[in-house]
Amino acid sequence: MIGQSEIGLRRPFRERSFGLARKLGRVNWLFVLCLCLLAGVGYAALYSAAGGSSSPYALSQLTRFCTGLALMLCIAMVDIRILEKFSWPAWVLGVVLLVAVLKFGHVGLGARRWMTVGGVEIQPSELMKLFLVMALGSYFKRATPEQTGSLLFVAPAIAATLLPMVLILKEPNLGTAVITGAVGATVMLGAGVRWWWFALVAVVIGVCAPVIYDHLHAYQKARIDIFLNPGSDPLGAGYNIIQSKIALGSGGFFGQGFLHGTQNQLNFLPEKQTDFVFTIIAEEFGFFGSVAVLGLLMAIVALAYYTALSCDHVYGRLVALGIATNFFLYCFVNLSMVMGLIPVGGVPLPLISYGGSALTAVMLGFGVLMSIHVHRDVEFAEREDF
Amino acid sequence: MRRHARARASFTRRALLIGVGQAAVFAGITARLYHLQVGDHDKYATMAKQNSISERLVAPERGVMTDRFGAIIAGNQQHWRALFMKAMAPEPDAVLENFYRLVPLSDEEKTRIAQDLADRPGYIPVLLKDWLDWPDMALIEVNTPNLPGVVVEEGSSRVYPLGAVAAHAVGYVARPDQQEAKQDPVLALPGMRVGRSGAEDANDLALRGSPGFVQTETNVHGEVVRVVAQDAGTPGRTVALALDAGLQQFAMQGLGNQTGAVVMLDATNGEVLALASTPAFDPALFDKGVPKDVWNAWMQDPHHPLLNKAAAGLFAPGSTFKPTVALAALKCGALTPDTILTCPGSLQLGDHVFWCDNHVAHGSINLVTALQVSCDVFFYKTALMTGINRIAEMAGLMGLGVDLGSDIPHAQTGLVPTLDWARGHHIHWVQGSTVVQGIGQGYTQLTPLAQATMIARIASGNAVTPHLTRRVGGALHPDSVPGAAPPLGVDPRHLAIIRQALFDVVNTPAGTAYASRLTLPGVQMAGKTGTAQVHNNSAAEKMKNFDDMTMAWERRPHAWFVAYAPYDNPRYAVSVLIEHGNFGAQTAAPLAHDLMTYALLHDPAGRDVPLANPPPEPPSTMPQGESA
Repeated sequence: MIGQSEIGLRRPFRERSFGLARKLGRVNWLFVLCLCLLAGVGYAALYSAAGGSSSPYALSQLTRFCTGLALMLCIAMVDIRILEKFSWPAWVLGVVLLVAVLKFGHVGLGARRWMTVGGVEIQPSELMKLFLVMALGSYFKRATPEQTGSLLFVAPAIAATLLPMVLILKEPNLGTAVITGAVGATVMLGAGVRWWWFALVAVVIGVCAPVIYDHLHAYQKARIDIFLNPGSDPLGAGYNIIQSKIALGSGGFFGQGFLHGTQNQLNFLPEKQTDFVFTIIAEEFGFFGSVAVLGLLMAIVALAYYTALSCDHVYGRLVALGIATNFFLYCFVNLSMVMGLIPVGGVPLPLISYGGSALTAVMLGFGVLMSIHVHRDVEFAEREDF
Repeated sequence: MRRHARARASFTRRALLIGVGQAAVFAGITARLYHLQVGDHDKYATMAKQNSISERLVAPERGVMTDRFGAIIAGNQQHWRALFMKAMAPEPDAVLENFYRLVPLSDEEKTRIAQDLADRPGYIPVLLKDWLDWPDMALIEVNTPNLPGVVVEEGSSRVYPLGAVAAHAVGYVARPDQQEAKQDPVLALPGMRVGRSGAEDANDLALRGSPGFVQTETNVHGEVVRVVAQDAGTPGRTVALALDAGLQQFAMQGLGNQTGAVVMLDATNGEVLALASTPAFDPALFDKGVPKDVWNAWMQDPHHPLLNKAAAGLFAPGSTFKPTVALAALKCGALTPDTILTCPGSLQLGDHVFWCDNHVAHGSINLVTALQVSCDVFFYKTALMTGINRIAEMAGLMGLGVDLGSDIPHAQTGLVPTLDWARGHHIHWVQGSTVVQGIGQGYTQLTPLAQATMIARIASGNAVTPHLTRRVGGALHPDSVPGAAPPLGVDPRHLAIIRQALFDVVNTPAGTAYASRLTLPGVQMAGKTGTAQVHNNSAAEKMKNFDDMTMAWERRPHAWFVAYAPYDNPRYAVSVLIEHGNFGAQTAAPLAHDLMTYALLHDPAGRDVPLANPPPEPPSTMPQGESA
């Protein structure tokens, strides 16, 4: 008896674990409900994109979502302290995959972004964002304010962010590279890195923008040019922006009705089931429907923040913040692109767009997020060699 | 601990600030959406309606069907038609008014157009008028400014060079009905056709192809300024049928004015070399829509021209059923090749007398002789000894009364009764029912296609499946691959006995079809005649000993002949049915003789290229010698 309690006293924080049923009870089911509602919206949009048919998009996407949901719940059951141990190995794996995709990946839409591993289509850049967040969380989990104020301490974290960014830029995939950088910066900000450093970097980027523009690929320049003046080439690259805006605008307040959107059903937007899927919702369900979807997306971001804020350990807080920001940026870039606010880039609308690799990456991230939520009050050891 | 609390407070502060920033961005997006969707709605709605780029789908060209040698039996003919794109017209109703003034249409057509416009999505054009003539086209061209959304397009319609000759085998196409068009928008395209019967139906998916599109830029008035992009789609695949157009033509000629059917198969693989059914119809009529009077005439014709009698006509098989009964009896041991049964001219069962044909007493005979002279009493007795279920089981092996799995649409399975069937239909099965089953009368009903399958299976010893299709897009139909047919599962010794008997039917003076034996050197045919009563003849008619020519046409028996050749190396199997044609030996067997002669001389089986030098047509005289 005495011996047992002695052990209990000496190692109080390592032994907090629950049974599977308790863990399931601690999952944020409101969050899961929001995911399912969005997947439902996605099903309707893809059903409509196929002209009122569950094939070829809607049904297969629903299957992927269900698989992803199961995967998410499985990951959520794994102790976050175990997941944390895999942070850096995951980062290394991500970098290896990015190098591999540059060498062996297949070309889609002018860029080497995808590769097939064991029959599964993956997009390493999507996985990299999650792995980077986990690596940075692990790096900063015991950082003191003195350390976060020291450039020498922060430098490896910056390097860990820049390396994948450069590899993603090489694919080339400007949009994802920028998101990766922004997500990395957010985690560092949450970790306590000085405010004014970020302000400084922002100013430097602003000044260097023209130089960066010169080094962009021709198609990336074209996108920016067309964004600035979409009417210049109505049948060429500006076509998507014009047609997308027409689709949104013709929706009105209550929309043209399910399966009755002319822009959608008349196929004015090529590949509308992927990046431009939001136009289908906006056109057929109007402002009303768009706001409902925005509300769901916001709810997911907000619930991710709730997890971050209610988490007792630094690792969980930082990773949750990173995942929330990643999801937010995803939505922001896609929606702005669809509305003609920023240049077009191949960023899908998470949970709604047709496509497997992005969905899998998002659900993996949510799996880690849920693991943080389930294990929000576990305690990490003070030192690794305890 | 304080350090932890301070760090947490710092994180919370920063996270909330980032979160507020992101919420602000969401708010900005919402505001922008409101501006686009509600504020500028009118502007964009107008733009959507007058979208300068419009796309419409174009029907793919239906695949061509040829006979096995590449002769076209279902092709396409180009013509012009006027279509209407609702989405391209600012005021669709006014455009239609203008069009109707230029090209008058019937009220019926106008109703259909209104219905189509209401039902179909905007990117599917609606057909205004098919088969435009030059004056119509000129009028439309001149008035283009008043007809925004009206498009004149070249389309194709189905033509059948063989006309009625191959109508039942090839089938026909028709416009998809409203239901089908709703389920598959591609079918709603003007010019799309679906196969409704025959090979057109069987190969419909292969023949359809996939649609193309035309993207055009239009001005505010809806006039086409230029074609931005177009894609012709993928035309349907070419389907080569197993038919030999020459043989098919010959079969139809042979049937002539008689009502009946002919099926000739490649006995080794089941390919349908000819499938004829008379009277026939012109399949091209369905493409444009069958005129009412023609339709009514078809419906009232007692000879049912639309019925494919070869695959869907059901007839009692008569004596052509005897080989099957014999095989069943041999299998269960009720008969051996040496069993002798006595035919005194009739069989008394209770108070009922079953007569032999012509009331002739055949005396004591064995199985081979009984088949050769087609003795009824022998088979009455055999049926009683074998039992109805065993006969039905053997019939199933022969392809009789079962689903053949053939690619011919609307093929009937026919019926060979069993005790279970009788119980299910509340029929009191008596011994007499089994007796008449022995000679293929009673409840048994079979199609000429099934009969041809039966004789092909006896000839080859393999369970061949009849099929019309030989190649789709060049690839051989799986059943046409040599050796594809599994063994029949009947004792080869039993089959040899039956083949010997069928040989004697045709090639010995006592045989019922001796008059129709082949005159080609070194080739023999084996076969079986059948004369199937369709009417329970009165006592007076029986007294006249079935002097059938004095009976009304529809009371005369059906004439059957099933045969294969060459006897020693079977390649062709044929079944001929002449509806109410009296004796099989009299009307059906001579036609089978002609067809077999033609087939053996031109030898189409297994070939994709016709014989370079087919031997000259033989004189159409029948062999000399006494008829049986």
